[in-house]
Amino acid sequence: MKQEQMIKVWDITGGIHPPENKDQSMGLPLAELSIPEELVFPLSQHIGAPARPVVAVGDAVLAGEKIAEAVGAMSVPVHASTSGTISAIEERTLPHASGMSGLCIVLASDGQHRFAEQTACADYRQLDVNTLLEKIRNAGIAGLGGAGFPTSLKLHTQQDSPIDTLILNGTECEPYITADHRLMLDFAQDVVAGTELLGFILGEPKRVVIGIEDNKPDAIAAIKHAVGDKAIEVAVFPTKYPSGGEKQLIQIITGQEVPSGKIPAALGIVMQNVGTAVAAYRAVRFGEALTYRITTVVGEALDTQRNIKVLLGTPVAHLLNENGFDSSQSSKLIMGGPMMGFALPSADVPVVKTTNCIIAPSVEEMPPAPPAQACIRCGLCAEACPASLLPQQLYWYAKAEEYERLQNYNLFDCIECGACSYVCPSTIPLVQYYRSAKGAIRQQEQEKVKSDHARQRFEFRKLRMERAEQEKEAKRLARKQAAEQAKQIAAERKAAASTQADAPDTVKDDPVAAALARVKAKEQDPAAQKAKLERALDSATSRVEKLQQRFVAAEADQKEKFEAQLKQAQLRLDDAKTKLQDFSTASQPNEVNLETNLKNNLENSLETKAKDSTASPEQTQSLKPAAAETMDAATAAIERAKAKTQSMAEMSPEEKLKAQLTALETRVQKAKEKLQKAEADGSEHVEALRTGLEKMTAKLVNTQEQLEQLSQ
Amino acid sequence: MFELIVNHPIIAALLALGGLALVFGGILGFAAVTFKVEGDPIVEQIDALLPQTQCGQCGHPGCRPYAEGIANGEAINKCPPGGQGTINALADLLGVDAPSLDAEHGEEQEGQTVAFIREDECIGCTKCIQACPVDAILGAAKQMHTVISNECTGCDLCVDPCPVDCIDMLPVEKTVNDWHWEKPAIDIIATDRPMPPQDKGGQAA
Repeated sequence: MKQEQMIKVWDITGGIHPPENKDQSMGLPLAELSIPEELVFPLSQHIGAPARPVVAVGDAVLAGEKIAEAVGAMSVPVHASTSGTISAIEERTLPHASGMSGLCIVLASDGQHRFAEQTACADYRQLDVNTLLEKIRNAGIAGLGGAGFPTSLKLHTQQDSPIDTLILNGTECEPYITADHRLMLDFAQDVVAGTELLGFILGEPKRVVIGIEDNKPDAIAAIKHAVGDKAIEVAVFPTKYPSGGEKQLIQIITGQEVPSGKIPAALGIVMQNVGTAVAAYRAVRFGEALTYRITTVVGEALDTQRNIKVLLGTPVAHLLNENGFDSSQSSKLIMGGPMMGFALPSADVPVVKTTNCIIAPSVEEMPPAPPAQACIRCGLCAEACPASLLPQQLYWYAKAEEYERLQNYNLFDCIECGACSYVCPSTIPLVQYYRSAKGAIRQQEQEKVKSDHARQRFEFRKLRMERAEQEKEAKRLARKQAAEQAKQIAAERKAAASTQADAPDTVKDDPVAAALARVKAKEQDPAAQKAKLERALDSATSRVEKLQQRFVAAEADQKEKFEAQLKQAQLRLDDAKTKLQDFSTASQPNEVNLETNLKNNLENSLETKAKDSTASPEQTQSLKPAAAETMDAATAAIERAKAKTQSMAEMSPEEKLKAQLTALETRVQKAKEKLQKAEADGSEHVEALRTGLEKMTAKLVNTQEQLEQLSQ
Repeated sequence: MFELIVNHPIIAALLALGGLALVFGGILGFAAVTFKVEGDPIVEQIDALLPQTQCGQCGHPGCRPYAEGIANGEAINKCPPGGQGTINALADLLGVDAPSLDAEHGEEQEGQTVAFIREDECIGCTKCIQACPVDAILGAAKQMHTVISNECTGCDLCVDPCPVDCIDMLPVEKTVNDWHWEKPAIDIIATDRPMPPQDKGGQAA
């Protein structure tokens, strides 16, 4: 190893030296796989909001074509990694520790791997920063190191906190994983070019460092060779887990600690994974969307252990099968490294942007964790903790679910590296306690936000109801006052009127009296009275109609009720009809016109009703019988009435009266029969019927007298 | 004056003490007015611990009235939506032993629920809107109603008033975003463990 100058590096507290197990996968060169028949693209492969699909099932897509767009700033789009047709957009098991399913776009590949058109850019220095950021965002690039933070967002710096240090993370401290190692060997030029691009976007920071652990001498040499005499430092530091953590690497290279709860940008530092830098460079230079990544496929259950340039969306099962997977040997599948990775729910999940490693270990290689024993307070975990926390205390409080205390002990500074669990002689799964406690605290916080929101809404509602009640009360009071005032005025008027009863002006002035007079005049006015009766008839008819419809639609058990209602309504209708008839017979001569008007009105209204009912065919179907019945009845009645008026108009007064007399006689006859029947039944209408009969007889006598006078 | 003090030490002492009492009384009175604390802070604290579903299962018309009730000595185990967690938190705050949930007021539910209106069946009677304590139902007379699920607290007060029974309480499905790791199972000693070495349990690391 050629060393022109040593760059000063610092040490981190804690840390462990687990067996590296990196040689297995570095023996073979980078390989490519056959294109799988089906690729699955989860819409959420990054931290932040899931992407929104922009393709439909059946659409043909090309490699590099956008199939889901970003939603909001904290999101990146998803691209098809090969050509084919979208076969489904559905819930599939996600490559996630929970083993839950989420929305995925499924692509059936056509095996031709045709690319969408890409816009290359020879010199990105001609473009402005925002265009470059947009290009990176549109290429769907999220941190390839493991967390999957949207890259363009991380590179978007605020005006008030300029970036003076850019660190490229080529540490890869976790055992087994060699994806970045392979990348730095095979694409050293791209790594350097990507570093330069990121430096350009960040406004040429003072320091640009590529940090690599000293267990990768060949990668260090390759990168140093590629850097040449460019203003990029290559920092080499001793191997230790977890040097590759963001905060840890910053401490190693700059000697600064990122304050608790802050991000590195607060110190003017941005860190990117070397793989992310290459992807960003290729996106800007060649217009390539993120469609593949380098993944380490390793473990004793495989025949070949190597790094693979794998298309995103490739099912893990395909990846394993192409490398000679022996399922009888394997104990479990792990995505990510052995320290921070998680067991996969099944091999059907796809490779995503953050998948840097798939481990298929044999049982001997990774035996199941031995049962946890009691904590012996040895303090090894505190020595191993790279974040200088007190894992024992955190363990007790996490076990007892004392979340407030956990926060006091800075649980959220834990990077979940698993060093404490690794060193624990009692094999306590410490990091799992912390993970679950963190999750529970976050959930509590969310619930707190929600309950505060609910409280606010509840209180606002209470306030609103109170206000409405007050307004009502105020209105009521105002009305009461107005009524009292009116009463007072009326009383005064009355008093005044009684003192000067003869003065005619007072009557004119009194609005109440005037209104009363108007009402009386109206009542005496036959036209108005007729109109009133017409209205009564109209409403009665419509009620009968409605009831009939309802009656038809009603269930059997309700029929009785409706029947009674219907009968009542019909009675009312009859009553209205008779009244109208009485009225028209009483004021014959000038009523013929009005009569015809009424008939026309009735006809019109019935016609419109008929139109209405034909307009809504569904209704008509169900109501047809009833509607037809009423229509028939109504038209018949109209016909009868028409004929009657016509004949009446043609008759002489004497004949008219005679006709009336006969009609009245039949009616009296009918009424008598009804009365008798009612009396026999003991009905409660007897009284009403009797008075009706009496009135009718009186009328009959009256008409007879009229007829006699006329004939004399 | 001096003579009086010398000659009548008892009266002098009374005067001195009385004077002091007046001065301190004045200061205390001033402080009581100036630094007066609005409201009952313990009610606020209790209210902050209650789940704010406003469901009324405790017998009070909302969470705050129950908080006031607790401050006046009512039992703390009447809140089924909050469950044992809320009871424990309340017991912690008030320095009493945590009782178990009073079954009279309902049972603790597994997971959150949210109201859902089967919109085809809704007749637009607005009865559920009037029942909702947090205004989470949208609609108008003779118009279809719907639940704003983000605002729904799952109190199920809207279910009973519905004349056509078109409201369901659906469990809120967990998504990847609100999933979190479970606490490791209770410790067991080595002999309790199923012994075959091919045991596929256990976690990475």
